[in-house]
Amino acid sequence: MFSTFYINTWYAATMVAFVAGTIGFFAVIRGSAFPAHALPQGAFAGAAGASLIGVNTILGLGVFALLGAIGIGVLGDRERHDVATALTFVLMLGLGAFFLSLTTEYAPEIYSLLFGEILGVAHSELLPIALIGVVCLAAITILYRPMLHSSFSPELAEVNGTSRRRIDLAFLIILGLVTTMTVPVVGALLMFSLTIAPAATARQFTARPALALALSILIALATVWTAIAISYETNYPIGFFVGAIGTTSYTLVKTVKGAYRRYASGRHVMTAAPAATT
Amino acid sequence: MTGFWQGVVEPGFFSSAPVHSAVAVGAIVAVVSGMTGVFTVIRGHSFAGEALGDIGSTGGSASYLLGINPLIGFLGLSVLGAGLMSATGARTRKARDVETGIVVGGALGLAALFLYLDTTRTSTTGAPVTILFGSIFTVPSSTLPIVAVLGGVTLTILLALYRMLLLTSLNPGLAAARGTSVRLVAVAYLALLAVAVSLSAITIGTILSTALLIGPPATALRLTDSPGRATVLAAVIGVASTWLGILLAYDSDYWPRQHGWPASFLIVTIIVAGYLLARVFGRDIRQPAFG
Repeated sequence: MFSTFYINTWYAATMVAFVAGTIGFFAVIRGSAFPAHALPQGAFAGAAGASLIGVNTILGLGVFALLGAIGIGVLGDRERHDVATALTFVLMLGLGAFFLSLTTEYAPEIYSLLFGEILGVAHSELLPIALIGVVCLAAITILYRPMLHSSFSPELAEVNGTSRRRIDLAFLIILGLVTTMTVPVVGALLMFSLTIAPAATARQFTARPALALALSILIALATVWTAIAISYETNYPIGFFVGAIGTTSYTLVKTVKGAYRRYASGRHVMTAAPAATT
Repeated sequence: MTGFWQGVVEPGFFSSAPVHSAVAVGAIVAVVSGMTGVFTVIRGHSFAGEALGDIGSTGGSASYLLGINPLIGFLGLSVLGAGLMSATGARTRKARDVETGIVVGGALGLAALFLYLDTTRTSTTGAPVTILFGSIFTVPSSTLPIVAVLGGVTLTILLALYRMLLLTSLNPGLAAARGTSVRLVAVAYLALLAVAVSLSAITIGTILSTALLIGPPATALRLTDSPGRATVLAAVIGVASTWLGILLAYDSDYWPRQHGWPASFLIVTIIVAGYLLARVFGRDIRQPAFG
């Protein structure tokens, strides 16, 4: 399980989970689950286009992820991103269909972009992944406060001169970068599962941003490590275990929390904690 | 004049059987998606609309495995997904999108498992790609009656719930005061959306399904502020875009290139272009912050 062939998988998965847990926290507090779903899956079109004209697929992926991020950001209205996201997403996928119609033998490679090839990570791929990861984390660190402000109190942030639009765009571009880094390794589907579920679970535990962020990263790491270990033992795909662990842990935590809150409010009606806003 | 039409419509278009099926199925699906989609856009449910297609595809891959009719798998899992989404009881739009994400994340995990089993135990390697992109020209004409019946049922229920849906979408407070169960209408709507989306996803692929659900309604809502007119307009725009896309895809076989352009790409491009035009020339709306 920790042989030289597998060790790259552990490194890559750890880096990906760390970054996904971080960006996922912001995706959850901003309500940007849809862009987090659409960008990784839509960006594959760039990879298809790149392979068509014979350039590096990562470059194509990156260009499309950034174009998609800008498309969503520019078309999105003040409060509403969903229509812009949906239309940008289908346009990206439509272009992907077009590129694929020009080539004949791409199907297996799409499959790997959707579901990832985490077991086939080469040593030479680790450095680029790490570099993009560091850039993303640096950008998030710089934007940490403005992003928190504009997520929790958009009006106040606007008054203080933080443009929600600009923060939105910055967030989407970082999401695009993260996509470029993670999709070739873990695939679009896994990337999404690692982004939303751990962060949403972490938010069930605490409303304090820094704590929730740290917890989100920890849960993402634990999820992916467990998934790899089980997948190694059983030979079933990692994506299944990541999805299953994510959904199960969120449901479990939410159910237990709801039950506890009902129990607590039943016993101490006067001292019951106010319902946390989720 | 005939010369012009011969230039626009390449030979054999009106006598080709795949074109007949594509035109018929495309029209039914576009009408159902467009009319359902007006509420999807007003209620800010685009993510759920897209996610239900993905969840349905998971059901589709499960039915390949079980050897049952894919439509049953699509409908079954999509409706189940809609049930789970409404069971979470999220109140704000942010929370709703996150919970939609959790449901679709779980479904995609299952899809990974089913597709893995499909490819290792059966020989349907092309299945994931076909489900994603669909192919409007390969819809067997035998599915036409089923699609027509299910589409008709969906539209009937939608029209029966029309007033209630509109009121709960635009003014949930007033609806509740009048004794309408906002929650119940929301559950019914999601179930309806699940049926509409799986119907289109299984026939024309999940990309076109989302495109037809969101694009024409968003365009229509830019052109008129009456929900009734927007509902009709969305259906018309959807059908027009689909037919134009089919025509172009058919013609593209005769364009100076090796083979045809994919219909899904052409239809999506027409729909998005229409939306952008409506944004530039249509009425200036602040996308309302409806419930």
